[in-house]
Amino acid sequence: MMEPGLYHILFISAALFFIGVYGFLTRRNLVTMLMGIELILNSVNLNFIAFNKYVWPAKMTGLFFVLFIIAIAAAEAAVAIAIIINLYRSHHSIDVTNDEDLKY
Amino acid sequence: MPNALTISLIPLLPFAGFILLGLFGRKYLKKSSGIIGTVLLLASTIIALYTAYEYFFVYGKVGGGFQKFIPLQLTWLEFSQGVSIDMGILIDPISVMMLVVVTFVSLMVHIYSLGYMKGEERFPVYYSFLGLFTFSMLGLVLACNIFQIYIFWELVGVSSFLLIGYYYEKPSAVAACKKAFIVTRFADLGFLIGILILSFCSGTLDFTTLIQRLTTVGTSEFKTAVSYSFMGVSAVTWGAALVFVGGAGKSAMFPLHIWLPDAMEGPTPVSALIHAATMVVAGVFLVARLFPVLALTTPHVLEIVGWVGAISAVFAALIACTQTDIKRVLAYSTMSQIGYMMFALGVSKYGGENGLGYTASMFHLFTHAMFKALLFLGAGGVIHFVHSNEIKDMGGLRKVLPITHITFLIACLAISGVPPFAGFFSKEEILLAAYQNNIGIYWIALITSGLTAFYMFRLYFNIFWSKPYESHGEHHHGEGGFVMMLPLVLLAIGAAAAGFIPFGEYVSSDGIPLESHFHLQFSIVPVVLALTGVFTAMWMYKTQNDKPAKLATALNGFYTAAYHKFYIDEMYIFVTKKILFNLIGRPAAWFDRNVVDGLVNLAGSTTQAASENIKKFQSGKVQQYAIYFLAGIIVLATLFIYAWK
Amino acid sequence: MISGSTIIFYLLAIQILGCGLLSVSTRQIFRAAIYLLFSLIGIAGIYFWLNYQFIAAVQIVVYVGGIVVLIIFSIFLTQKAGEKLPAQKLGRKVFAALAAVCAFALTMLQVYKYDFKPASDDVQPVTVFNIGSNMISTGDGGYALPFEVISMLLLAAMIGCIVIALRTKPETT
Repeated sequence: MMEPGLYHILFISAALFFIGVYGFLTRRNLVTMLMGIELILNSVNLNFIAFNKYVWPAKMTGLFFVLFIIAIAAAEAAVAIAIIINLYRSHHSIDVTNDEDLKY
Repeated sequence: MPNALTISLIPLLPFAGFILLGLFGRKYLKKSSGIIGTVLLLASTIIALYTAYEYFFVYGKVGGGFQKFIPLQLTWLEFSQGVSIDMGILIDPISVMMLVVVTFVSLMVHIYSLGYMKGEERFPVYYSFLGLFTFSMLGLVLACNIFQIYIFWELVGVSSFLLIGYYYEKPSAVAACKKAFIVTRFADLGFLIGILILSFCSGTLDFTTLIQRLTTVGTSEFKTAVSYSFMGVSAVTWGAALVFVGGAGKSAMFPLHIWLPDAMEGPTPVSALIHAATMVVAGVFLVARLFPVLALTTPHVLEIVGWVGAISAVFAALIACTQTDIKRVLAYSTMSQIGYMMFALGVSKYGGENGLGYTASMFHLFTHAMFKALLFLGAGGVIHFVHSNEIKDMGGLRKVLPITHITFLIACLAISGVPPFAGFFSKEEILLAAYQNNIGIYWIALITSGLTAFYMFRLYFNIFWSKPYESHGEHHHGEGGFVMMLPLVLLAIGAAAAGFIPFGEYVSSDGIPLESHFHLQFSIVPVVLALTGVFTAMWMYKTQNDKPAKLATALNGFYTAAYHKFYIDEMYIFVTKKILFNLIGRPAAWFDRNVVDGLVNLAGSTTQAASENIKKFQSGKVQQYAIYFLAGIIVLATLFIYAWK
Repeated sequence: MISGSTIIFYLLAIQILGCGLLSVSTRQIFRAAIYLLFSLIGIAGIYFWLNYQFIAAVQIVVYVGGIVVLIIFSIFLTQKAGEKLPAQKLGRKVFAALAAVCAFALTMLQVYKYDFKPASDDVQPVTVFNIGSNMISTGDGGYALPFEVISMLLLAAMIGCIVIALRTKPETT
């Protein structure tokens, strides 16, 4: 086995990304969809850090991106939870298949 | 030289009457509309008589024969070089003659209607329609372009429709006006196709050019006209035959005659004007207009014209012997006389002595207008007096309606061909022309003239002699005032004296005057036959007896057939309902509904079904959108990375 | 010779991916949240392994300690945590899995084709001091502006959340 390098981390990052996509597409519950989104965001973070370390060690661009992404992800998760709670109050369920308000 | 302005006033004055009375008559001019219409027409008549005088005696004769003049020709619609619909005036012997006939008879009818239609609610409307009709008829006779004649032809048809249906509350009148319009319209289809063929062959729509191109053997148009052929018959023959179909419809020739008896639903003065003297002779006029083409290039069509005319004449005469409605008898009599005019044209040839039939036909048209209008107006007076159209309600009226009686008698003598009245001269010329050219038609004509005398005098005796008159207590008006008697007298003078006009001097097939000779030996036979008819009618109908009834039973089947007008109407209904509607109409409707509409609906419903299916993409489910998104990205990425070089 | 760091790396990898898979497929919602938590901790571990300690700490504090907690709160607020979630249609699951696997394969194929080389040889050490000084510096490599912007964004997000989640006054009956 070789020393784990950039490619290994990219592998993990891609796999995690698509696991997150699968979770987003398959789940019926809004909160679990949100979890999928968090996985996606984390995979992106991993990607950035990996590139920062292996391809651009002279700069810290990737690192700062990750910092900001984490901050924004936190804000976004908070807003999403607020929306979910609001939706729950009006529909009394957060099952996604029931909400067909965007229907033709 | 003819003055375009004065001549164009002749039709335009009645047209002005139409507009004026049509727009303002009902509200403002109720009482005076009759006077206005009559005055306008009087002016028109005077101008027409003046034009005739000028033409025949002053400038018309150029180089030995009467020439055609075109004082006015305005290009209206140009299809291509040389083929254009023009509006204009063509002055030649027959158009000038028709101007005189139409305006004079129309004037008589206008004057008569002042008394006859007095008190009618829609009095102004009546006069405005009369004005429209006179305008259309005058435009028709003055037409210099075959399409112009078609336009005025249709206008005449419309005016006739309006006037027949004047009493529109009566369902029989409405049915009659529809029938007249539809039958003539159907014949006009043939006319239109004929026009198109003729104009295509000759490259022009103008009468003089068309006739000249289709009759001179050398021209290229002549060659095309005779060389194109369809089903073995040359193009020009088809064109001429189809044009004749149009003329036959308007002139009530067999078998397109069915509308004429029903057209008697209109007021009697209308019948006098339209269905006796003017509109119904439009077909004869058309054939006379195109006579050079028919005589020189398509003699077969001319033969057909002759036979159709002859058959119509005898057919109508047979039916007229059995009818009991006075106006129906007169209608069939009209059909018969027009048949005379038609076959006179049919047996004629072009040029010089051979053109006797042409002259005779036009002469008969002229005299017929006089005595037929007189007969109808007189009948109007009788109907007005006894309030019924049936013969059985009339009888012994000679004492109560003296002037009507005398004028009616003169007209009957004229139509029977008894000398010295007008009908004798014109009929004799027709019979002579027939004798010279087609013996078969001559014999038919002879028999018909005997029948004519018989049925006319049957009518006369039934009205004025037969049984003594019992008044039913309602004698109000007597005979009718001055306005109703004046036209009768004027027309009676015409019927008596018109025969002495040397018609051949003025109207002949090629313009060169034709001398009419008086053949004593020849005229004896028809006169004797006519007098036989008169005396037979007197013997049977002068007093009431059972001889008519016995004759009817003796001729049983034939009598019934003739009484029912030889079942032509029933045949038409059968053909229309069973064959046209069921075999053609229904499948066509089915096809239209299911195939044509079906295709259109299919386009609509496919679109709708497709949209229903596509609509499902907008399900509102966000995850579904995301899946399609992902799938799309995968496809595009694969495409771009691997397939796109 | 397999070194300890390699083993740790693979263990962390297994944790991340395994917990991730379990998180998206389990039918009990609370367990999904916990699996998520472990997955995120695994990622923090990778950061540690890469020697980016600060980020790892931020990850744990914000993500694990904040977001996952928030998610758990929302679970409790919106439904009974013990109940099993309704299952998704099999067709949907298969199609999504297929799509994900295809996309993953596509991505990895492209990634392996490319030869990633370090851009330059000098390394800037990732220390808290460097992070901090770069964060508020306005010169080259400075992130003062994004810093300010993001503080505005966080303010907006906070206000937005409060407004959205505000309970409207119940109508007086």
